[in-house]
Amino acid sequence: MIKAILIFNNHGKPRLSKFYEHYNEDTEQQIIRETFHLVSKRDENVCNFLEGGMLIGGSDYKLIYRHYATLYFVFCVDSSESELGILDLIQVFVETLDKCFENVCELDLIFHVDKVHNILAEMVMGGMVLETNMNEIITQVDAQNKMEKSEFFPFFSFSLSLYRRLSFSLPGRTGRHRPVLQERPLVPYQL
Amino acid sequence: MPAPIRLRELIRTIRTARTQAEEREMIQKECAAIRSSFREEDNTYRCRNVAKLLYMHMLGYPAHFGQLECLKLIASQKFTDKRIGYLGAMLLLDERQDVHLLMTNCIKNDLNHSTQYVQGLALCTLGCMGSSEMCRDLAGEVEKLLKTSNSYLRKKAALCAVHVIRKVPELMEMFLPATKNLLSEKNHGVLHTSVVLLTEMCERSPDMLAHFRKLVPQLVRILKNLIMSGYSPEHDVSGISDPFLQVRILRLLRILGKGDDDSSEAMNDILAQVATNTETSKNVGNAILYETVLTIMDIKSESGLRVLAINILGRFLLNNDKNIRYVALTSLLKTVQTDHNAVQRHRSTIVDCLKDLDVSIKRRAMELSFALVNGNNIRGMMKELLYFLDSCDPEFKADCASGVFLAAEKYAPSKRWHIDTIMRVLTTAGSYVRDDSVPNLIQLITNSVEMHAYTVQRLYKALLDDISQQPLVQVASWCIGEYGDLLVSGQCEEEEPIQVTEDEVLDVLEGLLVSNLSTPVTRGYALTAIMKLSTRFTSVNRIKKVVSIYGSSIDVELQQRAVEYNALFKKYDHMRPALLERMPIMEKTASNGPTEIVQTNGEAEPSVVEAKHPPPVTQPTNQANDLLDLLGGNDVVPVIQTTVPTKPASAGGELLDLLGDLSLSGIPPMTAYNKNGLKIDFTFERANPNPNIAVITIHASNSTEADMTDFVFQAAVPKTFQLQLLSPSSNVVPTLNQGTVTQVIRVLNPQKQQLRMRIKLTYTHKGSAVQDLAEVNNFPPQSWQ
Repeated sequence: MIKAILIFNNHGKPRLSKFYEHYNEDTEQQIIRETFHLVSKRDENVCNFLEGGMLIGGSDYKLIYRHYATLYFVFCVDSSESELGILDLIQVFVETLDKCFENVCELDLIFHVDKVHNILAEMVMGGMVLETNMNEIITQVDAQNKMEKSEFFPFFSFSLSLYRRLSFSLPGRTGRHRPVLQERPLVPYQL
Repeated sequence: MPAPIRLRELIRTIRTARTQAEEREMIQKECAAIRSSFREEDNTYRCRNVAKLLYMHMLGYPAHFGQLECLKLIASQKFTDKRIGYLGAMLLLDERQDVHLLMTNCIKNDLNHSTQYVQGLALCTLGCMGSSEMCRDLAGEVEKLLKTSNSYLRKKAALCAVHVIRKVPELMEMFLPATKNLLSEKNHGVLHTSVVLLTEMCERSPDMLAHFRKLVPQLVRILKNLIMSGYSPEHDVSGISDPFLQVRILRLLRILGKGDDDSSEAMNDILAQVATNTETSKNVGNAILYETVLTIMDIKSESGLRVLAINILGRFLLNNDKNIRYVALTSLLKTVQTDHNAVQRHRSTIVDCLKDLDVSIKRRAMELSFALVNGNNIRGMMKELLYFLDSCDPEFKADCASGVFLAAEKYAPSKRWHIDTIMRVLTTAGSYVRDDSVPNLIQLITNSVEMHAYTVQRLYKALLDDISQQPLVQVASWCIGEYGDLLVSGQCEEEEPIQVTEDEVLDVLEGLLVSNLSTPVTRGYALTAIMKLSTRFTSVNRIKKVVSIYGSSIDVELQQRAVEYNALFKKYDHMRPALLERMPIMEKTASNGPTEIVQTNGEAEPSVVEAKHPPPVTQPTNQANDLLDLLGGNDVVPVIQTTVPTKPASAGGELLDLLGDLSLSGIPPMTAYNKNGLKIDFTFERANPNPNIAVITIHASNSTEADMTDFVFQAAVPKTFQLQLLSPSSNVVPTLNQGTVTQVIRVLNPQKQQLRMRIKLTYTHKGSAVQDLAEVNNFPPQSWQ
């Protein structure tokens, strides 16, 4: 069972946090900080598995993480999940995001947190893996988005696409503009 | 009121904040705006506000006031509202809030909605955070959806069912009929979640497990299709068809095949096929292989298959990818108990992993190496492990050190090797050694009699180099105290003997006492060692001087010891050689360390010592000192330890043994004192092992209306007797005979003279201190004959 899915950047700012077990708000923030602390200390060429920190349950739980560009994707799982399988799952998740957002970068995750949640909800439900087929997930998400858009005023969807173009022309391309997947990870990782 | 700002406006604004305080201010302003908007019951913008609230919640700010709003959104008809509402419910609500129960009706309606996406949302929310009450109410709906033909809903319903079963295990039977056709689905998503559901049911109930065993052939067939089928673009991940499903099925097969011969046999072929055909160049292939290996090890597979599995793991160990090596080490650790020999073949690779840079891999390799140590490879392995101990991170050193000690104890080829290994560990990782290993080591050294001289010489040399590692220093000072005479006499066969004078030894020990690096415990060891040397060395004056200096030390423990040792020099010099004699060989008790001194309050019992060592006492001087201390202040002739019982007793039972069989030997009790409302009775027992000891229990009772507090009972006997006073049960004698204070006195009467006793009582009664002396002469004859 997956206990939590966390995405945070190189400075520890949370970009997505989904817990499949309940903690109160303070504990959640502490867990995010503790996980960031553990994961950021890791070298680039070590394995992607870590024992969980104290708050998340100690050594019964593992943190499986992948570092893409400016973001860490961390899945906290218990012993019933296959570690290598979760690594693949993270890759599928990121590729799905890439397809949905067109060269996804950190800014996309920042401004469209709710959409990322929706995509994640199609993949993992209640801490268990629901669907791993990328196309299937994208089809479902697109259909639901269409439903949403049809309920809104038509010009809203226009302003959405306008905004997307605007966001890319913001001055000063900071690190967050870097597309997540195109950045070559330092260790070539083949699925 | 102007329309509330959009989510992305809010995000942009927050990102412009430069400090935490600025961010907090912005968020608080926005929260206030949202709150007033909620109060106005604004339907159009509610979803926007809740979206903003969720964002702020992610950043860590309190968002509980939005919970009810989420419910209102869920109840709305618009899909957008419902989406945000359910998301908010999943993030903000949980079963601890009562509010969540209000959702139940909404979810029920949505589960029967015409749009599949709404049904999907409802299933998702129920599956994530449904409480047991909700699950009970809605299980029927979920079960209905499990049977639907819509694959999108079916897979969600399957996972929702897993959640329901986790919350309310009794409902498992309800889902049983729906599982009949689950595996005949074509859709992989449904297959995947069905396998998860079946796995959960099998793990929870052995009956279900037996029931589902008949599905093994079907599962094998599905797996076969996956492997044999050609390229299918839908489920392909790097050339392998739906690896996630393959891994899930393998896991379920593992659970079904465990302990069952028939199922295991049915699986053998397919497992061999998967193991040989899967391509291992990518991570996906390795993931499947890993799962296959785990399955093979768990079920009752034939031995050829097991060897294949271990060889696969061995190949993993040589892989460049760290992750693969990590999982290989983890699984080898699990299998080393059962297939020890097979794993031994890979020992050299495992030992190489000790030198890896990755912390997780090093830890796994260390654990596995300890598991692989046996009598044949102990020397080689120990060399590697000691090298590892030298160079590893501090977090490993404690575990590694204890592992080395355990392994050395079990498989040491010779005593000298054992002691050398211990010395090496103490000198390299001395400060990380666990506290309980010090007494174990001491016991080990004591028992290897022929190595005493060698040991003490090596320890002395180590001490000259470095006194910062406390366990090393403690063991060394203990040994020097015991075997100092061997050290000075320079008789060592194993090694070149060194020339050491008594003064040099005393210098070293005194250095320990004054050094800042020594802990109080170490100083205690050092002082005791110096004291012991007073019987082994000739330069007693120096020792006397040292001991008397510490009589006024600030450290209470040191002061106490010094004072008692001083007393040994002055008044009880005749006892000193006997007390400080060399320790005998100790029996190792299973539960605690060798010299377990059961020191209860005021009582000191001799530890487990070989029965053939009769008096005089051979325990560490601590005990005798405590006893002297106990009686200090009374004007009583103190007593040495009574003789050791003839039968060796376990640590706990010593107390009873010393007191002997507490059979009331028929000696009548007597009243020793009765004045001013205070009555003291004596009851007698005889300690059976030694008929010269009479055990008297005093019972003090108070018949006045006020308590007697600070009650102290003291006794004195003539010089031909010896008396031991144990600690009282309390020092308050309650009023009106409501309770008694008891205290045990043991009297040694070797000459069988008539027992006489003078007692002194002090207590506080009604605010004034009372003191009284009395003589007790009316002992019954049986008590001293």
